[in-house]
Amino acid sequence: MASQTSTPLEYSTKQNEMNILGFWIFLGAEIVLFSTLFATYFVLEQSYAGGPTQSDLFILKDVLIETFLLLTSSFTMGLAIHQMRGNNKNAMLFWTVATLLLGLGFLYYEINEFNHYIHEGLTLQTSAFGSAFLTLLGTHGVHVALGIGWVIALIIQVVRRGITAVTARKFFIVSLYWHFLDVVWIFIFTFVYLKGLM
Amino acid sequence: MKRVRSVMKLFILFVATLALTACEPLTVFDPQGPVARNLSDLIIFSIIFMAVIVVTVYILFGIIVWKYREREDNKDYEPPYEEGSKALEVTWFIIPVIIVIALTIPTVITISDVEDIPEGYEDQEPLVIHVTSADWKWIFSYPEQDIETVNYINIPANRPIHFKMTSAGTMQSFWIPSLGGQKYTMANMQTQLYLVADREGEYIGRNTNFNGEGYAHMDFEVVAESPSKFNEWVDEVKNTANELTEEKYAEILQPTVIGRETYNGTHLQWIDHAHGGSEKYIDPEAYEGHLIENKKADDDSVTDSESNEKE
Amino acid sequence: MKLDEFFVTGDPLILGSQIAIGLTMVGLVVLITYLKKWKWLWNEWFTTVDHKKIGIMYIIAGVLMFFRGGVDGLMMKAQTSRPNMEFLDAQHYDEVFTTHGVVMILFMAMPLLIGIINVVMPLQIGARDVAFPKLNALSFWTFFVGAMLFNISFVIGGSPDAGWTSYFPLAGSEFSPDVGNNYYAIALQIAGVGTLASGINFIVTILKMRAPGMKLMKMPMFSWTTLVTSVLIVAAFPIFTVALALMTLDRIFGAHFFTVAGGGDPMLWLNLFWLWGHPEVYIVVLPAFGMFSEVIATFSRKNLFGYTAMVVSIVAIAFLSMLVWVHHFYTMGNSAAVNSVFSITTMMIAIPTGVKIFNWLFTMRKGRIKFTNAMLWALAFIPNFTIGGVTGVMLAMAAADYQYHNTLFLVAHFHYTLIPGVVFAVFAGLYYWWPKMFGFKLNEKIGKWHFWLFVIGFNLTFMPMFFVGLDGMSRRMYTYSESTGWGPLLGISAVGSLVLAAGFAALVYNIYWSFRYASRDIGGDPWDARTLEWATASPVQEYNFAITPQVTDHDEFWLMKKQGRNTIKKEDVKDIHMPSNSAIPIILSVAMGIVGFFLVFEWVTLAAIFSVLIIGGLIANSFDYDDGYHIPAKKVWETEQKWRGDL
Repeated sequence: MASQTSTPLEYSTKQNEMNILGFWIFLGAEIVLFSTLFATYFVLEQSYAGGPTQSDLFILKDVLIETFLLLTSSFTMGLAIHQMRGNNKNAMLFWTVATLLLGLGFLYYEINEFNHYIHEGLTLQTSAFGSAFLTLLGTHGVHVALGIGWVIALIIQVVRRGITAVTARKFFIVSLYWHFLDVVWIFIFTFVYLKGLM
Repeated sequence: MKRVRSVMKLFILFVATLALTACEPLTVFDPQGPVARNLSDLIIFSIIFMAVIVVTVYILFGIIVWKYREREDNKDYEPPYEEGSKALEVTWFIIPVIIVIALTIPTVITISDVEDIPEGYEDQEPLVIHVTSADWKWIFSYPEQDIETVNYINIPANRPIHFKMTSAGTMQSFWIPSLGGQKYTMANMQTQLYLVADREGEYIGRNTNFNGEGYAHMDFEVVAESPSKFNEWVDEVKNTANELTEEKYAEILQPTVIGRETYNGTHLQWIDHAHGGSEKYIDPEAYEGHLIENKKADDDSVTDSESNEKE
Repeated sequence: MKLDEFFVTGDPLILGSQIAIGLTMVGLVVLITYLKKWKWLWNEWFTTVDHKKIGIMYIIAGVLMFFRGGVDGLMMKAQTSRPNMEFLDAQHYDEVFTTHGVVMILFMAMPLLIGIINVVMPLQIGARDVAFPKLNALSFWTFFVGAMLFNISFVIGGSPDAGWTSYFPLAGSEFSPDVGNNYYAIALQIAGVGTLASGINFIVTILKMRAPGMKLMKMPMFSWTTLVTSVLIVAAFPIFTVALALMTLDRIFGAHFFTVAGGGDPMLWLNLFWLWGHPEVYIVVLPAFGMFSEVIATFSRKNLFGYTAMVVSIVAIAFLSMLVWVHHFYTMGNSAAVNSVFSITTMMIAIPTGVKIFNWLFTMRKGRIKFTNAMLWALAFIPNFTIGGVTGVMLAMAAADYQYHNTLFLVAHFHYTLIPGVVFAVFAGLYYWWPKMFGFKLNEKIGKWHFWLFVIGFNLTFMPMFFVGLDGMSRRMYTYSESTGWGPLLGISAVGSLVLAAGFAALVYNIYWSFRYASRDIGGDPWDARTLEWATASPVQEYNFAITPQVTDHDEFWLMKKQGRNTIKKEDVKDIHMPSNSAIPIILSVAMGIVGFFLVFEWVTLAAIFSVLIIGGLIANSFDYDDGYHIPAKKVWETEQKWRGDL
């Protein structure tokens, strides 16, 4: 196994360095993408066209549970990376599976949330507010779902190949992605839910 | 030298084209009202600056390309290494900055000017005309006179006209180049324009923002006439034109190209498209497939004078 | 959906194209099968990850799209050549100008520039390939699939017809219920994925893979412009991605982002579109500036004048380009203050651009200017682009724009910036780098025909449009009456477009002639050039550089030649690691194309089912642990000996 030098394993090759830098730039593009969706939401957040409004829809308790699940999953993901750096494959896998379960929990609550909105009469077609809100939320949700699929694929690879420079890099990248989704959620929580309930 | 000759050729072509069109001045440079005149002055002012820049670049370009071309006798010449020149680079940084400032000042002044009633006409009460653009016609409502026209307007000369503009669906742009600049018309919104015709005459207005098949036919005529003649026209309309009904109005809003029409009463009594509700009149099925057969531009609203008089 | 609605029927022009397309496809398949080239195509091209081959495929696709967009342009010019022409009807004309715009910007300018960047940039910085070769292939194939999806629209289902800007409400399903605009939303989305990936790829390549010693401020200008353009791509394309996604939701899933009903805001589309669209203009024009810089320096035999100022200028242009989008709709009823601010930011772009023009002029001063074809294009750029630039400043003045907006004056202006700025640059770049790509030069004499016909035709076509615009003719009008008096000028313009087309034909003939007859014995450096790409063979060896060059200063290859460092020693040559070919990019892209096609026709269930293919492709990619292969040092040495001759 690679010696414990000052460079972490995921940065140990030139190709790894480039992949990680490339992913950071991709996250930059993702920031632009979500900023555009937020801007769209801010433009249309008052256009109800007779449909339900924020205060009709939002249930703070459910949103807080989602927030708690996702924030915790970000923490467990951090622990997984920590274990990966320590080359403890089993501990790493344990925390990754924990992350996965928390992520699935988040998705479960989010799907419930969508059901609730449909029940309350808010769909994509109801109003500009509905379109903008559900699209912003849905885009984040799809990102989380993709992230879960990605993590599963990586768990299989780590089980099969152990912690190598390549799997470590892939894992590090998915952790960046996961933390990013967490940050986006914090913005959604603050500027969509809290603002909407005020 | 080939390059220089080609540049000369271009220049001759340029002048020839100018001469060709000079016999009848270009609409934008032939203003018929204070707003258009203001804009045309600004444009000419900017063209002078631009001409100076173009001439400078062309002369420098011509000299450099001619003087430093590869010739039979300079094949051994090895050009020097040049880092650049602070002094020169600062010069061609500063000069454009000055030009931009010189252009900014009149631009900013004119931008505010054209948003208001033109200078010298502030004491007159403007005539209000509501403009509603639809696919593919212009609908004009005179709320004070309580009449409505399609695809033409009569206006009194030398009196400011206040256009309150909106759209019944797609976005259009309202433009009478002889009288002033253009502005968009948008559903659920109202934009404004103040124009004055200080000469009597007939001018063309049109939509410049593409909005589907009938777009090319979306022009209208503006007749500026003396106030007494304008009043006569209003009286005549009130006496002869049909009453505008809601049914008739819905029919007008169908995606069609139609000629001029005149009505008593305005549609503002049912709907002001600036404040929503347009979807009631929009029928997506009416937009399916091919809508307009090839139509002669000459047949369009401007020269067509279909009348709508009471039987 | 009935079959007669599926295929566009009834128009003889389109019927002719359908038959022609069908026959060409069958012909191609038969020809390739007959020549037994399928395997070769698949192994050497379709699955390649080599940046040079990908670049060449981009360029071929770009030239084909240039032809298609050009035919659209000619049809428009024919239709408006005389008053009341009856060549095209309104609907057909609307489709033609829409596809002309989309094809020229996104499927002609973009791939030609990205293609040349792909071939040249890694060589210029002394790299073996781009940072992510497989992703690079994916970029190409998504672009290609997007372009093909867009192009089949005119035979299957009908073309988009709301203009390349596709303004709402017109482009919404309320006013354009036919499938045409679905093609726009989805084909551009697929192609956009590839562009974003290219942007990321190029940034990492430039930041991480420059040859040792090449500091950023010692990088060739073309690579600098590539870097800045890539940053703009990453900053701007996600906005377009979102805009197109929202358009898709509106059109196919009944959402209300931009509709008149439901509280949507059509103006939001205009803002999002131009927040992407204006940077997009600079995304295509900046690499073009880089090409002119290389060509002018090489053929003046001088280094670039004011290198630092040039770099600062492109960064300034890129920065300002994000702050000017409102100038596309001054007439929307913005407050005077907003229009004033955007007038100023827009005019400010002229300042760094002017600095660049003067720096180019002074690069030539005291030089020894050689009038090769590449250089002619760079020279023609300066006077023609200056006209585009000054009319741009005129348009920037918001008040005056009230009289220019949406007229042919505007159309003439942007053709005077994009054709000299991008098309001339692509021609300059093609003539200049052609030997690097294919190992032979394009013919200079036929090239002169190409040049003069094209430049004269260009001016004849677009100069009159300034005047017609000032005379009150708005853009996108398929017909006009005789009484307008626009006939003669538009007639000249139509004749000009034929000359322009003849110029393009001369280029095609030149490629054919040179392919058949041009000398293959040109060495690595046929132009006596200055940058590292010329330190390789023509065409370039698959591994680029046998030994990564050590860079000391600007114009490194020029210095190498001066100092006699342009040789390699056998003992320095090592095994070279290469990435393996991969079928994943093409398969993944085709899967996206299939899903896209179903979405266009709003067959959502089918689209969802076939999305499994995309997911599968991504999983396959994640589990792909191919490490590439090595070219043994011995083989590298043999190849080097062969092209260097004297080793």
